[in-house]
Amino acid sequence: MSKAIYVKPVIKKQETGKMNKFGSVFHRNYRDSIDGVKINDIVERYGSPVFVISETEIRNKYRQIYREFSSQYPHVQFTWSYKTNYLDAVCCVFHQEGELAEVVSEFEYQKARRLGVPGNKIVYNGPLKSKASLKIAFEEDAIVNLDNFDEVLRAEEVARSIGKQVHVGIRLNMDTGIYPQWSRFGFNLENQSAYDAARRIHMSKHLNLNGLHSHIGTFILDPSAYAIQVKKMIDLRRTLETELSISIDYLDFGGGFPSRNKLKGTYLPPEVAIPNIEEYIQAITSTLTANLLPEEYPTVYMETGRAMIDEAGFLITTIEGVKRMPNGVKSYIIDAGINILYTSNWYNFKVELDRPVQGTYENAIVYGPLCMNIDVVLENATLPPLPKGVRLILSPMGAYNMTQWMQFISYRPAIVMIMEDGTIEQIRRPEQLEDIVGPEFVPEKLRQFSL
Amino acid sequence: MNTEKLTTLAISDSGFIFDPSTGDTFNTNEIGVKIIQLLKQGKDFNELMDLMIEQYEVTEEELEADLLDFIQLLKNYHMV
Ligand SMILES: Cc1ncc(COP(=O)(O)O)c(C=O)c1O
Repeated sequence: MSKAIYVKPVIKKQETGKMNKFGSVFHRNYRDSIDGVKINDIVERYGSPVFVISETEIRNKYRQIYREFSSQYPHVQFTWSYKTNYLDAVCCVFHQEGELAEVVSEFEYQKARRLGVPGNKIVYNGPLKSKASLKIAFEEDAIVNLDNFDEVLRAEEVARSIGKQVHVGIRLNMDTGIYPQWSRFGFNLENQSAYDAARRIHMSKHLNLNGLHSHIGTFILDPSAYAIQVKKMIDLRRTLETELSISIDYLDFGGGFPSRNKLKGTYLPPEVAIPNIEEYIQAITSTLTANLLPEEYPTVYMETGRAMIDEAGFLITTIEGVKRMPNGVKSYIIDAGINILYTSNWYNFKVELDRPVQGTYENAIVYGPLCMNIDVVLENATLPPLPKGVRLILSPMGAYNMTQWMQFISYRPAIVMIMEDGTIEQIRRPEQLEDIVGPEFVPEKLRQFSL
Repeated sequence: MNTEKLTTLAISDSGFIFDPSTGDTFNTNEIGVKIIQLLKQGKDFNELMDLMIEQYEVTEEELEADLLDFIQLLKNYHMV
């Protein structure tokens, strides 16, 4: 006698009134490949967990955004925000597409130079730039945006010391109607300190103000904030020109566009909650063209980070344990913890399975392996009953994780890139002991012990 | 495991369960009904395992994990 087909047993209490609250599933939750490469093959070669980046997705996204912007305002130059993802291979893709480098530290500056980006193709931002790094940036004609008065003085001192008159921009902050206002960076526009900074720089023998920069925040959900930002920057540019005869060559509008990720605490799926990129671009370009004559058009720098890369990144992770909590909630243990999933702090990632799994969906908690109570990767995932060994594909994962991740109790995993031709390249190998203990030193007297 | 409570529940073949003492209703599937019926008959965990392995296309590992989980849920619902 042949055996009957087995289906996992389920039982669920009917709760009138809240029956459908978590019942619907927003995502297509099954994918056995990324860019045509089987999840299984990736894991077999590189282990689990493993980060996966799609070269095709990066290039497509860049080209879509660039085409949209440049068709409405041609003098645009995108600059890759290194902090969003500064893996060499990722930066190289963006540089091949024509993006400059946008860095916010000496380390990032060095990383860009090492990849072969000339100094004058680097935008150097950030609230603290050391004298040493300013010296190199000025010598190499980098595009430097100053953040505060002390930095203006420091820049002046450095420029004097190398006997050079250098171009600088200033970073601005302003009210664009969004909350929180990132007023800690740059000079405030409404209280005149931006104007004062411009006048102070204008008086300097060594500094020459030629740019205005502002990054109003990140994951901005309201495109109209950009229209306000752009208008205010155009107005300041005009004031500086007419009152102080300062000629501003570039306006740098920063980053801040959202990706298709699901912010915690939001109920609607990102496809519904998040405006299209086109609306942001439209807000910027239409404000530019409506307020400027073509002969006045400045170079516009865009430092778009998250929106360029987030959706090109995935994490493949494996269910290693299944548990029913005392309160009845299903829980799973996966092999990737929050130390490598920095953005799990504010995202509810999209969850896809590597195979179709039968059964009734149920709310579940997904824990990482860190042996720490805070190691919750997904607080409320709607999942069918998953057996051990099923792989979860979490995304979007391309922005900020691979720079803000931290090493903790184990080795950070491999990062692979699926190339346009369908081959796979390991662009960062898994860590090994020497990577981590390399910088350490044990004083002589502590070396001996017997147990 | 005390399975007395199970005998007081009204269970339809389609998996609809009614608890007359509380008025609560539950949904389960065919396998769920099967397990509850076996428990009602007083079968213990090992007997349940043996009987079901014989009847269904399932590995011992998977079945054990599922049975433990299912019984845990019955406990949470105060059915056993
Ligand atoms: C100065 C600057 N530019 C660009 C970015 C990139 O922003 P986003 O990833 O929101 O596009 C950041 C990130 O915070 C930033 O601080």
